[in-house]
Amino acid sequence: MNPMQTSVHRWTRLSMTSVGIVLAAQAVLVAAPWLLDANAVDRLTTLFIYGILALMWNCLAGYGGLVSVGQQAFFGLGAYAAVRLAHAGLSVYPALLVAALLVAAVAVPIGLFMLRLRAGEFAIGMWVVAELAHLLVNLDQLVQGETGTSLIELNAYPADSRRALTYWAALAAMVGLAWLVFALLRGRLGSAVQAIRDNEDAAASVGVQVTAAKRTIFILSAFGCAAAGALWVATTISFQPKTYFSVQWTAYMIFMVLVGGIGTFEGPIIGAVLFFLVETFFGASGVWYMIGLGATALAFALLLPRGIWGTVERRFGIRLLPVGYFLTSRK
Amino acid sequence: MSAIANLALQGTLLGGYYALLASGLSFLFGVMRIINLAHGSLAVVAGYALWFLAERLGIGPFVGILVVMPLMGLLGWILHRIIFERSMRAGDLVPILSTFGLATVADNVMFQKFGADTRSLAPYIDTFAYDSWQLPGDLYIGQLSVLVFGLAVVVLGGLHLLLARTSLGRQIRAAAEDPEAALLTGIDTRRIYGIATAIAVMTVALAGMALGMRATFDPYGGSQQLVFAFEAVVIGGAGSLWGTLVGGVVLGIAQSIGAQLNPQGFLIAGHAVFLVVLVARLYASDRLAGILRALRARTG
Repeated sequence: MNPMQTSVHRWTRLSMTSVGIVLAAQAVLVAAPWLLDANAVDRLTTLFIYGILALMWNCLAGYGGLVSVGQQAFFGLGAYAAVRLAHAGLSVYPALLVAALLVAAVAVPIGLFMLRLRAGEFAIGMWVVAELAHLLVNLDQLVQGETGTSLIELNAYPADSRRALTYWAALAAMVGLAWLVFALLRGRLGSAVQAIRDNEDAAASVGVQVTAAKRTIFILSAFGCAAAGALWVATTISFQPKTYFSVQWTAYMIFMVLVGGIGTFEGPIIGAVLFFLVETFFGASGVWYMIGLGATALAFALLLPRGIWGTVERRFGIRLLPVGYFLTSRK
Repeated sequence: MSAIANLALQGTLLGGYYALLASGLSFLFGVMRIINLAHGSLAVVAGYALWFLAERLGIGPFVGILVVMPLMGLLGWILHRIIFERSMRAGDLVPILSTFGLATVADNVMFQKFGADTRSLAPYIDTFAYDSWQLPGDLYIGQLSVLVFGLAVVVLGGLHLLLARTSLGRQIRAAAEDPEAALLTGIDTRRIYGIATAIAVMTVALAGMALGMRATFDPYGGSQQLVFAFEAVVIGGAGSLWGTLVGGVVLGIAQSIGAQLNPQGFLIAGHAVFLVVLVARLYASDRLAGILRALRARTG
């Protein structure tokens, strides 16, 4: 045997540059509330929340192989928990974080059972969980059924500082979760989940702790979706269960991740930006907009399952934010 | 006593509707191992088709179904050709994504076409929607509920006979068991899957008719129907046709009891029973595996 000299590396000049650009962009974004008008700041907050949802759904489906159509359960519960905590006297912004943590704790027992289901059964089983969560939240006197309630405690802040604080909270949540996922994917869990993504049985046969890895991802995803829900209620103030527990959120997540590139790190972020642009320009057209989203997701699932970034990555062999490895032979 | 008997009776009859609704989902899952997330939306599509025939052309639902069923069958065959077939080849995840996309498109196209108003087929079947028979013990049973229950039994029995007794059924079972081996023995699996999907979607047409006659529907009602159908399938044991009938009845009785307890209890009880059955089954299979291991250790 003549062992070929190879080297394994992660960082390329391109990826170092792009990570630098991303860091710089994040630093610039921090200043947005001082530079942009109110409407632009609100829109960016929305974009960050979409980004969180896309990242979390991609984590679950793209890496864990777990397609859920019930993540709105955690989105809605996150918003509900935030409203409840604020009502109980906790300061609003810390309440957003505590709400997400509480929902993550609730996700632990849910994951224990739901993760035993496979593929389609898991997908729609999560939907039942979302429906049940919705109905149970409706029973709370504070929520008043479908009438809903609002996060009135936000009135303690003047409109401008509220807008800026929510913006920073959303930015921090998205950036924090993105780097957390980045770090996790580069570590031991990353190797495990990428092996599961490619072939679950084979991964198990080489000693990957499939269940443990899936559980971690499930809880992380619940946490992120809950944070997104809590942030959403902080931007819109009103909490109507029907809106928050709507399966439409899943339609958005599927669209963003499928179009951007499922199972890639950069894909969902690209998907979120595209979704945000599509919504900005076509959102007003209502029904046709939803038909377009559904049809696009369907077309990508059938014709371009790797999505935009997955196709680019494969064609050109580039990684901007390296979570994998490059193997090159040394001359 | 009579109140309990009434609850059990009404719950069982309601379960007949769920069984009818779930039969297509169960059949498709058994044959092709895919869960069609557009299942409920297709039932609503059939409901609108029947409503359209009745409202605009004056064709009653019982005659209209003779037109709508073959059309839905054709739609099923087309869906298989352009969506299911390609999705199945692409792994476990793609069918979920593509059928979810299909449901989103279908719901919103219906909204675009028919608006947000809820519709019902009840006005087009005279008094049949609320006619009932009186039973001894002061019990009343709706004639429509009995018809729907009977329809469920006929559909499930028909599917069972089709699979057990006919040449087509043998081919479907072969294709379900091992598509590659079936192909080797000369079975055109593509054609077989197309026919199976067509049959499943035809049963959905019947479910849509039942939905429209006994209640109202709107463009976004499909997801609720999908969840009911799925719960009936899982409670009864996925892939088993008669199990689906049992699952539907259990779901119907649970919802009827829940409705007595709280206005929202109808849905909560149904979802709760579904989750309890799910957990119990996982626990039981763990226990069974443990017992088998212990036995093997002793004998081995």
